[in-house]
Amino acid sequence: MKRLMTCAAGLLAAVVLAGSATAQTKDWSTIRIATEGAYKPWNFTDASGKLVGYELDLAADLCARIKAKCEISAQAFDGMIPGLNAGKFDAIMAGMNISPKRLEAINFSLPYGRTPSTWATTKDSALAKLPDADKVYSLVGGADLAAAEKAAADLKPLLKGKIIGVQTSTIQANFIEQYFKDVVEIRQYKTTEQHDLDLLAGRLDAVFASMSYLKGVTEENKEIVMAGPRFTGGILGAGVAVGLRKTDPELKEKFDAAVAAAIADGTVAKLSVKWFGFDITPKG
Amino acid sequence: MDLVFLADTFVTLLGGVPLLLQLTAISVSVGAVLAVLLALMRLSGNPLLDYPARGYVFVFRGTPLLVQIFLIYYGLGQFPEIRQSVAWPFLRQPYWCAMLALTLNTTAYATEIIRGGILSVPFGQIEAARACGMSRLLIFRRIILPQGLRTALPAYGNEIILMTRATALASVITLMEVTGIASKLVSETFRAIEVFACAGAIYLIINFLISRAIALAERRLSPQLAAPPAAPEPAR
Repeated sequence: MKRLMTCAAGLLAAVVLAGSATAQTKDWSTIRIATEGAYKPWNFTDASGKLVGYELDLAADLCARIKAKCEISAQAFDGMIPGLNAGKFDAIMAGMNISPKRLEAINFSLPYGRTPSTWATTKDSALAKLPDADKVYSLVGGADLAAAEKAAADLKPLLKGKIIGVQTSTIQANFIEQYFKDVVEIRQYKTTEQHDLDLLAGRLDAVFASMSYLKGVTEENKEIVMAGPRFTGGILGAGVAVGLRKTDPELKEKFDAAVAAAIADGTVAKLSVKWFGFDITPKG
Repeated sequence: MDLVFLADTFVTLLGGVPLLLQLTAISVSVGAVLAVLLALMRLSGNPLLDYPARGYVFVFRGTPLLVQIFLIYYGLGQFPEIRQSVAWPFLRQPYWCAMLALTLNTTAYATEIIRGGILSVPFGQIEAARACGMSRLLIFRRIILPQGLRTALPAYGNEIILMTRATALASVITLMEVTGIASKLVSETFRAIEVFACAGAIYLIINFLISRAIALAERRLSPQLAAPPAAPEPAR
């Protein structure tokens, strides 16, 4: 037992040391960027195993503006923020939205994309005819928030007892937990691709995900359709941005300037039309 | 160290313990029964029984449990034939998919453990039992199985502990056992070290109790190690 305690103490010390060893100043000639590689069209892995997508193109553009060499690797989404803070990489570009909870742990650059979140289900499901289809509700605050919360409350009786899939550690998961926890069964998946598989297999009644992602899914697979109202802002985040450590303000400055420039000269609009089919440039 | 956070996390994670114990207990119990049958098939000397059992052990011992879970959960769900079959009400639920994968996996390992135990029973004892006129079934029940299982117990204890840890993989198919809850907490708080340390502590405690229980069973089943009965008081 005593030996066990010594071992445990040693292990803990090693973990603490590993965490502190990364806190040195850097010149940022090389930036290690983490992406997920499973969130089409933001970032995904093509048939040859190469990481591609909107964020990969954008990262190349931003890195050229910063004049840095970027190394992009695929990481599990739910381990990204701890991994960033542990120094495993320097930046996150993984369709990650700015949210109040994430801001407690990390910093974000200016957003480079914003899309609402919505429901998707199979085309024969009763849920395919959810009301308010295509309507966008903002959760930012004030009268908008009240209207959005009423819309969510109106959905409750229709969703009672249904099984809803979300990706774990996402703003969508937080949204469902906050507004629908008491009426639906929530299943959390490591990737959105997994909840799509379970939707098709009939294990889920619906999924709740970013519209930008679902648009691609519904185009590729005619069995899946989007349904019901869309939600944006507030708990659903202020837009997708580069996630950065709080201890690296100089890197945030670099990314802020690069994102602002990429928005100003239309690169963001151009790349988003290429990958999403519509402009996701955050406005206002 | 934030002790309040640690205590809260610990209590939240305890919510996953019943599911963890269910997955372990049911898969290990069903697996043990299946393993005895498969071990007997292996030892039957009949190639029609021996080779299917060998093949089963080869496949389930030679592939990662995670792959087996994915194949059973996502793989089987792809086939409309299976989705329309009587098994679907079970396979539709992540709980039964995890249970099935864990059971099939532990059966393969336990088969070899039990086969080893049975082979360790000295042949002289079996001959002696035959000489006493015992039937094959009776020899198996009275001589081979009790001693074989006793010999297999330490290795089997290992397998039970491996299985409690293997239940953590059920979290990848959305089950909220201890590891599932832990990943969810990490995603809410981003405090990976504290949360996973708490989860690790829970597994340690459970496995400590299991290893004590197995040690106790080993002692109870080893009469030769027990203290000799106290000598009767000499009569006056």
